[in-house]
Amino acid sequence: MGLQQSEVPVRENRLKSIIYYSGNAAALTDPQKADSFVHKERSYSQCSDCAQMCAGTITYFVRNAAVVVHSPMGCFANTPVNDTQFRNASLERGQDPDRVHVLCSNISENDTVYGGIRKLQKAVQECYDRFRPEAIFVHSSCAAGIVGDDIEDTAADMEKKLGVPVVPVYCEGFKSKIWSSGFDAAYHGILRKIVKPAEHRQKDLVNIFNFLGSDTFTPLLGKIGLRPNYLVPLASVETISHMSEAACSSQICETLGTYVTKELEDNYGVPKVKTPAPFGIEWTDNWLREIAGYTGKENIVEEVIRTEHERIRPQLEELRTVLKGKKVYIFAGDSYAHNVGSIVRDLGMELVGMTTLHHDMHSDSSETGKDTLAELVKLYGDIEHYTVCNKQPYQVKKIIEELRPDVMIVRHMNMTILGGKLGIPSLLEGETNISAGYDGVITTGKRIRNLMETRGILKTLKEYNQFPYSKWWTDQEDPFYFEKK
Amino acid sequence: MANTLVEQAKFTCALGSIQTVLAIPKGIPIVHAGPGCAARQFAFAGNAAGYQGEGYAGGGQISCTNSTQTEVIFGGEKKLRANVDGALKILNGDIYVIQSGCTAGIIGDDIQQVAADYRDEGYPVVAVDTAGFKGNNYLGHELVVNAIIDQYVAGKGKKKIRKGLVNVFSSVPYQDAYWRGDLEEIKRELQGIGLNANILYGPESAGISEWDDIPNAQFNLVIGPWVGVSSAKKLEQKFQTPFLHYPIFPVGLKETGRFLREIGAFAQVESQRVENFIHREERKFKEYFVSFGDLVSDLGPYLPYQLYTVADSNYGIGTSKFLIEELGFTPEKFYAIESPGSRNEAFISELLTQIDSRYEGNISFQYDNRVIQDEIRDELKKTKVRSVILGSSWDKKLATENNDSILIRLSLPITDKVIINKSYFGYRGGLTLMEDIYSSLFDEGMITNTTHADH
Repeated sequence: MGLQQSEVPVRENRLKSIIYYSGNAAALTDPQKADSFVHKERSYSQCSDCAQMCAGTITYFVRNAAVVVHSPMGCFANTPVNDTQFRNASLERGQDPDRVHVLCSNISENDTVYGGIRKLQKAVQECYDRFRPEAIFVHSSCAAGIVGDDIEDTAADMEKKLGVPVVPVYCEGFKSKIWSSGFDAAYHGILRKIVKPAEHRQKDLVNIFNFLGSDTFTPLLGKIGLRPNYLVPLASVETISHMSEAACSSQICETLGTYVTKELEDNYGVPKVKTPAPFGIEWTDNWLREIAGYTGKENIVEEVIRTEHERIRPQLEELRTVLKGKKVYIFAGDSYAHNVGSIVRDLGMELVGMTTLHHDMHSDSSETGKDTLAELVKLYGDIEHYTVCNKQPYQVKKIIEELRPDVMIVRHMNMTILGGKLGIPSLLEGETNISAGYDGVITTGKRIRNLMETRGILKTLKEYNQFPYSKWWTDQEDPFYFEKK
Repeated sequence: MANTLVEQAKFTCALGSIQTVLAIPKGIPIVHAGPGCAARQFAFAGNAAGYQGEGYAGGGQISCTNSTQTEVIFGGEKKLRANVDGALKILNGDIYVIQSGCTAGIIGDDIQQVAADYRDEGYPVVAVDTAGFKGNNYLGHELVVNAIIDQYVAGKGKKKIRKGLVNVFSSVPYQDAYWRGDLEEIKRELQGIGLNANILYGPESAGISEWDDIPNAQFNLVIGPWVGVSSAKKLEQKFQTPFLHYPIFPVGLKETGRFLREIGAFAQVESQRVENFIHREERKFKEYFVSFGDLVSDLGPYLPYQLYTVADSNYGIGTSKFLIEELGFTPEKFYAIESPGSRNEAFISELLTQIDSRYEGNISFQYDNRVIQDEIRDELKKTKVRSVILGSSWDKKLATENNDSILIRLSLPITDKVIINKSYFGYRGGLTLMEDIYSSLFDEGMITNTTHADH
């Protein structure tokens, strides 16, 4: 692999990722069998999502940077929503409100015949003139990729001309069935073109690869005298360029950070935190301990952990009395679902099932890293109803109806409505940072408690709703009928 | 090379017309495209259209082949057929529309043959190439409607023309965020003058039975400058149905009256019936209007009178005309954002200058909203007067930071309002537009006391 290559291989090739599984959790964690799971597709599917979208969750929100989306207008159609997110998230983080600096090259039919390179050059120039960015990302697209526009050369030429990094991001939707491949594509571009070798180590700085999210890691790491370096959304180009100086790297979700943290370790010697992300009490303990080891804080960490446990205990006990035994179904991730599972355990709730949106059979650093699903099984015990499904509400509906949870926890757009239509309160984990650390357990508990209040309106929604699914499908017992055809 | 770049999207690509299919009750799109295409369309023309949700079969429920490498290299027809099989099996729909995106469009999958094979077996399946690079979702909408007419409605054939039955072709569902309320009000007003409308989309439509009934209409009605004209012409050719093209989407008392009278005359409705309805509606409208007169009288010096329009020509012209004709606004600039093509551009320009000669030289066909904003900002800095901008959520800061101007969210994206059945169409819509414009005076404490308004 390596950063000399223009592209990083997609996850189905690199991590043997799958988008279908139905069974128990433990069976999926057996390293001996990791390669025996084939990437099987369903013969009928509802819409998935693509790498370009995931790349955008990273590149659109870099401060002082701008993005050219080399595509027709549809690939650019998320940007109004992204603009609102950028503004709200910067306020939440305690920064000045910012907005997306994005341009679409607006590929037309002519460009698919004669090539769209001139248009792209013009867009990059215009992007520079309009925003005066410190870096420009260039997103490829299905149309640009299939007709073979040479983005690599164009980016190199424009970089020379403009004197700022012009970063190609190979996030063509058709290249991968795993939308998370788009994270890797964006990070790969950033590592190739923006990250510089460390001038000096910042011994108290911990890289946190996250999404748009609030500042919850400062209080958490602050307890052992460390600072978070939030990457990449809401960080500036300058901040990103120095990520090689941190004491270690972690992430809010292994799925998000697997590639970039490994490459930082291999290329710049920044150790990757191997223990799962700090969600739930025990994982937060382990996470702090490992980080303390990289930063020379072993002497204080145990005391901090003890004090933190004491601090949250009263609130936690109060929440447990309300939430104990409530049945939870999690539909998220890959790894983020495991994080939520860890929190759910602390709240005394019963995990009746879990569906992840894909599953990476390997981690980028599997020889040294810990498989978050295996860790969850160790922590919680096996999860009997464990499935992998790339959205597909027609299937997930059956799973929910079988499991009959009290609460569903979701991390993907347009999926909570499925719970809603079934009358089940559904928590959208849109902002993940608030669920991290010790306080994250309390926050999640409070959010679930409040969420229960939506039962009234959801009862009405359920009553008034009509699903489009046929009697034949409703009578089918197996949610995964179309995988077996 | 003309500027075709876009900062601040105000429309999506041709595939956005899956929302047109979803607007037909029990309409089921089947997308033959890459894995993220359908989700992008919904983010724009669903979420960013005032949080209009997935409804019956939209959003995450949209069928899609999620085409990747295999289909791009070896062709995707086999996978498409499997997907159509599945969709027909599991989704209760009345019409299924296969829509190709960029991947299938470039490699040239024969989706027409696939649809034809299903039709041969008796399934209501239509196919249309809506690859994103072909154009925007206004074009996509026309392609979808015309494909349904050619491949589905044509097969139903003409039975018996029913006098008083009219098919309505108007704004683009979802791209006009107020489409549901608009169609409801259009239907109500047509009913008011004695016509029965196949409204074709939304809660007010009976669904596919209305499409089946299209050939039996007495006439087709196209409301707006250009969207729908090609469909009406197609129907004239296929079924000899005459059509009336009323180029102004009417808003307010005066234009709605003209609109109904012209339709009444065209449809040979008994004129007394038309006049009775208009009279009743006007009496109500005037009563409401007068009761709002106190506010105008008290706050005269603080009200906005300058108008900037940043919308498609359909809604933009209708609302602007009402503001000019009945609310006394001065037209400053009109930006038609929908990229309607040169012939339509000429027509739109002519229409606007006929409405008000002050539009001469102040009409721009521009879809890069950044360019539009820069121009309006310069103007507002010069004039220093509070103005009304008929724009989108992109323009919120532009309005508030320049002379406390008022933004009416007329075009997409609309990300800071929830839209259910609101409409600015016709009699009721005119009054709603007045409510929204003048309520904005009180936003963020602009005016706190009617007698001591000091601005």
